Amino acid sequence: MQPLLKVEGLKKSFGGVAALRDGRFELAAGSVHALCGGNGAGKSTFLSILMGIHKRDGGTILHRGKPVEFGSPAEALRSGIAIIEQELSPVPHMTVAENIYLGREPSARFGGIDFKTMNRNAQALLDRLEFSISAREYMMNLSVAQMQLVEIAKALSHEADVIFMDEPTSAIGEKEAQHLFSAIQRLKADGKGIVYVSHRLSEIFQIADSYTVFRDGGFVGAGNLADIDRRGLIRMIVGRELGEEYIKTNTPTEIAGLEVAGLSAPGKIEDISFTAHKGEIFGIYGLMGSGRTEIFNCLFGMDRPSAGEIRLDGRAVTIRQPADAMAEGIAFVTEDRKVTGLNLIDSVRNNICLASLPDMSPSFVMQKSREQAASAEMIERFAIKAARDTMPVSGLSGGNQQKVVLGKWFLRQPRVLLLDEPTRGVDVGAKREIYRIICDFAAAGGTVVMISSEIDEILGMSDRILVMRQGRSAGIHDRQDTDAQSLVHLST
Amino acid sequence: MSSIENKSSSSWLNSDRRRLILQEYGIFLAFLLLVGILALSNEFFLTPGNISNVLLQTSINGVLAIGMTFVILTRGIDLSVGSVVALAGMVSASFVTSSATAGIAGAPYPMVVALAAGILVGVCCGALVGFIVSRFSVPAFVATLGMLSAARGATLIYGGGKPVPALSPDFRWIGTGNILGIPMPVILLAVVFAGSWWVLTRTRFGRYIYAVGGNPHAAKTSGLNVTRIRFLVYVISGALSGLAGMILSARTGSALPQAGIAYELDAIAAVVIGGTSLSGGVGRVTGTLIGALIIGVMNNGLDLMGIQSYYQQVLKGALIVGAVMLDQKRNQGG
Repeated sequence: MQPLLKVEGLKKSFGGVAALRDGRFELAAGSVHALCGGNGAGKSTFLSILMGIHKRDGGTILHRGKPVEFGSPAEALRSGIAIIEQELSPVPHMTVAENIYLGREPSARFGGIDFKTMNRNAQALLDRLEFSISAREYMMNLSVAQMQLVEIAKALSHEADVIFMDEPTSAIGEKEAQHLFSAIQRLKADGKGIVYVSHRLSEIFQIADSYTVFRDGGFVGAGNLADIDRRGLIRMIVGRELGEEYIKTNTPTEIAGLEVAGLSAPGKIEDISFTAHKGEIFGIYGLMGSGRTEIFNCLFGMDRPSAGEIRLDGRAVTIRQPADAMAEGIAFVTEDRKVTGLNLIDSVRNNICLASLPDMSPSFVMQKSREQAASAEMIERFAIKAARDTMPVSGLSGGNQQKVVLGKWFLRQPRVLLLDEPTRGVDVGAKREIYRIICDFAAAGGTVVMISSEIDEILGMSDRILVMRQGRSAGIHDRQDTDAQSLVHLST
Repeated sequence: MSSIENKSSSSWLNSDRRRLILQEYGIFLAFLLLVGILALSNEFFLTPGNISNVLLQTSINGVLAIGMTFVILTRGIDLSVGSVVALAGMVSASFVTSSATAGIAGAPYPMVVALAAGILVGVCCGALVGFIVSRFSVPAFVATLGMLSAARGATLIYGGGKPVPALSPDFRWIGTGNILGIPMPVILLAVVFAGSWWVLTRTRFGRYIYAVGGNPHAAKTSGLNVTRIRFLVYVISGALSGLAGMILSARTGSALPQAGIAYELDAIAAVVIGGTSLSGGVGRVTGTLIGALIIGVMNNGLDLMGIQSYYQQVLKGALIVGAVMLDQKRNQGG
């Protein structure tokens, strides 16, 4: 059978450096194909060429056997290739139907828009896909997961038969992800070809039929997922044996590091109590919006709790603003490094030093040499790959950006580390380095509280796990006594 | 995206360096080019008298534009500077007038009193705006638009709609005097520039301003007092507007109620031409100074060439838009 999409020898260089040397890819109709690779493997370049964002330097792309070349994403979409991007950009103040038919609104008399037909068509499309979304709902009232479904509907309204999904689960919870997967299954049954890009291997094994691995801009291998195991796939992605994914080197002590009792914030969290010990990695698991991040916001002074007590090393503390928390030795690696973690346009050095300036320069004038030394130390300690520490942090890969955030907080020599999704959007290799950093910190007697929506990660890294459900605690469990199923069950 | 950046990091470095050089010196080169063209086309242009004249004409806009840079770096804008110029100019003048009717009781006072009063008026206007913007999250555009109107009204009320004439000679010295042949306003601009440059590049507060403008959320999570930093930039802009108002009334010898109308637009133009991004976090006070000089030199040069001021305005408009277009292109090119 003729493949839906066949790509051979795709090449692309940026300023003389090859980002993609030999992109090969073959997608069969009615299948889900995982595109794997670390950061810098060439996946994004590959996608952007297929979508017509970048022009290729060489190679062929055959869509249903015919060579194609796109000048823009709109052209790609017209010929039936759609992408659901990692960061969606809907028009928030328009309805679902208006978003789906944006630029192609059915016209009524006098050049107006035939809203009735548009809403009817959109609703029919959504119903056919079994998405329980109203076509008249405003986009801004939808969850991220629902917006993704609308994007899928939009792609299908263009009669797309090839759909790329770039990290679709990075911003949605476990339950919503399962929803998305069943939608993908239906598309597959309908004969569409889906290309699934994700760092989360367990998802790939759950929904994909076949895989293609890129590494360092080149094609490494492809095949059926049935013929390969997790270890084998990881070996292909990183190019070497990595050993165990989660190596725990810390041993929890009996000394309480952070005690939280009866913490409440109206409408966000209610009566949260736990004790994280020194040397312990304390995990918090829950769906998006279950109140996980809100706990950290209260602990770090971003939000004011209405009730509750926070104790550090057995001493009650009052935290009104982030500076108070920082003075107590708490560090907070936030969920979204681009939104709340980094000043992207500023340099690596300035980002590393941002939270430590008063300590490094006690007088009004900055002490450049100390900043230089501090940033050099963190870059070495965490093996941050940056050409110079004066380059903008936006030029780094996701994993290195995350290490800059960690460096910023480790520079303060914290006693308690609050980590919110510390490895989101980070590739397999960098993930392990971050796990090592976290373990080393705990092993040296630090207290770690970590939020993650990746079940493997939370089970692999935490000593105990607090499950959050609708702003309340659904119990604290030892890692030995629980498994993925019971965590998902408790959280929903 | 990340994979592209990671892969091509070494080539990116080259284009990054190219871009840095352009950003660093592009505006300066444009300025030299303009000066060169004017020098060749008019022999009078480079005479000491004319240079001094250009600097003098640039000084008030320069001081305002430097204050504006602080505000724009934090993603704000200050539309009130022109009105604050008038109010501060009038209040300070009322302390040093020898006119029996226009001054306040006991005038004329020593110059220092008037200077303090003028700066204080600017600081108060800035503090009020800053308080509203930082505490109540009112968009800076709206808060300063309100102050634009309110301060103008206050000026008219304070002076009864009439100018305050006959200012004392020692007060007038800050506008008309000179040290070693350098006009006082130019010296004041140089001092303001040097101080601002030092604050923005060498102090913690300067770093905080960039951090707040670059990403206010990240700044807050890093323990910065974002509210206070936002507040302070408006106070700085207000204080410098106060200073500019006094220079203006000292130069002209009387404080006019309609002084400073539309000055905010020239100040914003200088900041923008100087390469500071209206979306915050990027920009330099050196660029702003050169931006102000470009406007000053252009006005002067076109005057010398005998081109009507109406045309000058059209050209200035084209220059502002052109500068930002180039800036955008440069940023995309990298």
